Formats: sequence, structure tokens, C-alpha cells
Amino acid sequence: MTLRSITVRRASNLTATLLMGAATILVLLPLVIIFYHIIKMGISSINLGFFTNIPQPPGEAGGGMANGIAGSAIMIGMASLAGLPVGIFGAVYLTEYGTGRLSSAIRFCADILSGIPSIITGMVAYSLLVVPLKGFSALAGSFALSLIMVPIVLRTTEEQLKMVPATLREASLALGVPLWRTSIKVTLRSALTGIITGVLLAIARVAGETAPLLFTALGNQFWSRKLTEPMAALPLQIFNFAISPYEDWHRLAWAGALVLVVLMFGLSLAARWLGRTKHF
Amino acid sequence: MKCKLSIRNLNIHFGDNHAVKNATMEVAENSVTAIIGPSGCGKSTVLRSINRMHDLTPSARVTGAIMLDDTDIYDRSVDPVTIRRRVGMVFQKPNPFPAMSVYDNVVAGYKLNGVLKKGDADEIVESCLKRVALWDEVKDRLRTGAVELSGGQQQRLCIARTIAVKPEVILMDEPASALDPISTLKIEELIEELKSKYTIVIVTHNMQQAARVSDVTAFFYLGELVEIGETRKVFTNPEKKQTEDYITGRFG
Repeated sequence: MTLRSITVRRASNLTATLLMGAATILVLLPLVIIFYHIIKMGISSINLGFFTNIPQPPGEAGGGMANGIAGSAIMIGMASLAGLPVGIFGAVYLTEYGTGRLSSAIRFCADILSGIPSIITGMVAYSLLVVPLKGFSALAGSFALSLIMVPIVLRTTEEQLKMVPATLREASLALGVPLWRTSIKVTLRSALTGIITGVLLAIARVAGETAPLLFTALGNQFWSRKLTEPMAALPLQIFNFAISPYEDWHRLAWAGALVLVVLMFGLSLAARWLGRTKHF
Repeated sequence: MKCKLSIRNLNIHFGDNHAVKNATMEVAENSVTAIIGPSGCGKSTVLRSINRMHDLTPSARVTGAIMLDDTDIYDRSVDPVTIRRRVGMVFQKPNPFPAMSVYDNVVAGYKLNGVLKKGDADEIVESCLKRVALWDEVKDRLRTGAVELSGGQQQRLCIARTIAVKPEVILMDEPASALDPISTLKIEELIEELKSKYTIVIVTHNMQQAARVSDVTAFFYLGELVEIGETRKVFTNPEKKQTEDYITGRFG
């Protein structure tokens, strides 16, 4: 075996390091550009009124997206209420009770479901809820969002539950604790921070979803009084305002985008921070 | 002495692997029975069948009978949970509940079952920790996390947790193999002391340990029960050639 000279090896080492450094910068660059651009365009329209007022007709100053922010919060809340228990307890079933074909079928379906384009989820919600109820509604929007949340929560929770050491489960069972109590009080409890991390990421994901709301919640220029009425949502308002021809609506859309990005950034940070502390 | 556990024609399969072959043995009440044998001989598998831990392994199939007093624990009408309340288990690696304090670990069996009476807890914690000779070491930090204790202390805590729910039989799966010699000695003394109240079955790799703590020794090899008898006899004058080879260190 012949050894290459140290000069050659140093040179190839330097080249490789530089190339990888460049790749890293290329990965980070889009994020920096997006952040910079959104902050530049949106920051000037962020004020108290943005969070307390509903949109004004074009040409009138002082409009905000309060109804969109509230609508997003309400629909994400309802979607979580419906979707999180299904996802979390489904994952408990898969790891604790599920064996054989049914589990692999469920896992496969969850993977397919999470891969379905969200606009199709919206169409399904449209035909299942909007058509029978004869109108666009916050309910239909929440339903569509929950369909997106379930597979994400299911798979992340399952991963977390699998990481709980079998010895803990056995310790509990050996004390005469039934399996279902063990699942809830020991396994779920031990994986709690990881599960919350997954939940936050799922919320961050649906918070930005626009397509499934287009023909379910539809959007609303005013406050909604009932869940059976069309409801505004932040991403919908951004979409509608951004494609409008009015300059001040464009500014509102940028401000909305900034709020949305900050929200998602905050959720991701919270998820990361939680994910660092492990109980086992 | 009264027979507490009677294992009859026990066969355990994991898929195609025949792990325990037609074992028949008895365990007397208030005695210590050691199960020895080389790795993979099926000794832990036998132990875990006594409190139905194999129920969790889908590929495991257990046939034969294990009588706990007059109950066949593998009878269809028997709930594994009631068996596990009568047959406690201490594991190889100390496994206190990491999210719980020392105090909560002792009463974990009650807490997890939602049957802990506030007034009883202090009493249970103190008496169980005293029984396992841990009270003086931890009485000032009952509220700290159980994982902050040393390995030996954690294992004694696990034993305290096991006796807190008042089992009749305690199964120990190499309880000292992850511990240093001093902690090991403490565990062995504890086994001697617990014998007066409980029936103990212990799996161990350490033959000196088996000789020190047990009344009866069972030797397993390749899934078969080769020999069972009074410990002194098994170690000084074994009946089978295989047993002699193993305890004299010629294989295993």
C-alpha cells in the first residue's frame, strides 16, 4: 500500500471541508432569505390594531387579522381535541396491544394518510361535511385539520412509546398493575415530553395549512358567531389578501405571514426545548 | 415443608425455539430456590413464566401447569394480574420508576393501581424501607428522584417496592449481577432475611451466590432441568455428570 503525501491529503481534506461548509450555507440560506424578506415586508404593519381589528375595506387604514388569528386558534383547538386522542391512543394500541397484521395495516394507512396532499383532505371534508350541512363551516375546517393531525401524532407518539424501556413496563406489570393502567400511567407518562413535542410539531404543521381550509372553513371577513358558519383563518387571509389587487391588503398579508412564521418558529423552539429533557 | 409452587411438565416455546423442555419441579414455602445454568439455558424463561411475564411476548407459548397453592396460574379462568399480585418480581437491572421519588417508588404498586390510602403511605414506606435495610440511608431524601440513588440502593428500593404489595412469592432474576460486591452482599443478606416471610426463587449466574443463599438448587442446561436438590448436595455431590461439570467450571 502506498501512502499519499501529506500535502495531497491535506489538500483533499481542505476541499472536502470547504464543500461541506458551502452545502451547509446553501441549506441555511433559503431560511435566512425567507425570514429576512418576511420581516422586512411585514414588520411595518405589525401593531396592536393588527391583533385586535378585523380587516377593513381597501383604502381604509387600521385593518387587522384578529378574526383570522382567533379563527385559526379555534379550529386548531377543535382539531386537536378530536385528533390528538385518536392519534395518541391509536399509538398506545399499536405499541402495547397491537400485534401482527392489523398493526401493520394501521401503520401503512397512517403513512399513506400523512402523504395525501392536504387539498385532497379538504375535498373529502367538503363532501363529507360541507355538502350535507349545506354550507361552509368552522366544523368542516376543523375536521379537515384533524385528519391531517392524526397520522402525524400517531407516528410520532408511537416512536416515543417505543423508546420507553421494556423494563419499566415489566416493573409495573410485576406489581400487579393491569396492562391498561400500565400503558397510561407508566408508558404514556414516561414518554410524555416526547409526545408533547410531537403534538406541538403537528400543531405547527396544521397552523400553516391553507389548502384544506379553502373549501371547508372558506374564510370570513368578519367575526364568526357560530361554528356552523364560515370562519376566518390566518393562512386563508394571507392567501386572499396576497392575491388581492390592493396595496394595503398586501401589507396585511405580509404582516400575517410574519405572525404565522413567528408562531411556527416558536412552536418548533418549544418542541426542541421540551425534547431535550428526557425522563428515562 | 409445604409446597408453594409446583411446576409440572412446563414447556415454553418462542416461535420454533423450544426454550424450556418438560420441566417439573417443586418449590417449598419460605425457602430459597436457586436456578443456575449457563446463558441461554432457559432459567430466566422458567422464572418469568411463574408470574406470566411471557403474556407480553406474542410468540411465546407456555404449556403444562404451574400450581401456586391450589391455583393453576395458566388456567383460562385465571387473571394474570391477580397472579402477579401474589408473585412479585425483581429484575436484573434495577428499574425504579425514573419519574417518581424514592417515596413514591415504594408505594408505586398502590399508586399505579389507584388504591393508595393517604394515611397508610408513610407507614408502608417506612416499614418496607426498613425491611430492605435502606431506611437509614434514604430517610432524609425520600422526596428525591429514585434514579439519584446508587445501583445497589436502587435494587433494594425495587425489592422494597415488591414487598410493599405483599406478595407470597418473590422472583429474582439475577438481582445482583449489575451490582458491586458490597451491594451484592447486602442483597444476599436481605434474601436470607426475607425468606422467613416469602417464598423466593432466584436465578443467578453466580454459583457461589447460589451456594450461599439457597436451600434448593435447580440446574438447567439447554432448556432441560438436569438436576434439582438440596443445595449442599448439588454442590458437593451432584447426581449428574453435567451438573458436576458445570459447577466445577468445566463448561458454561
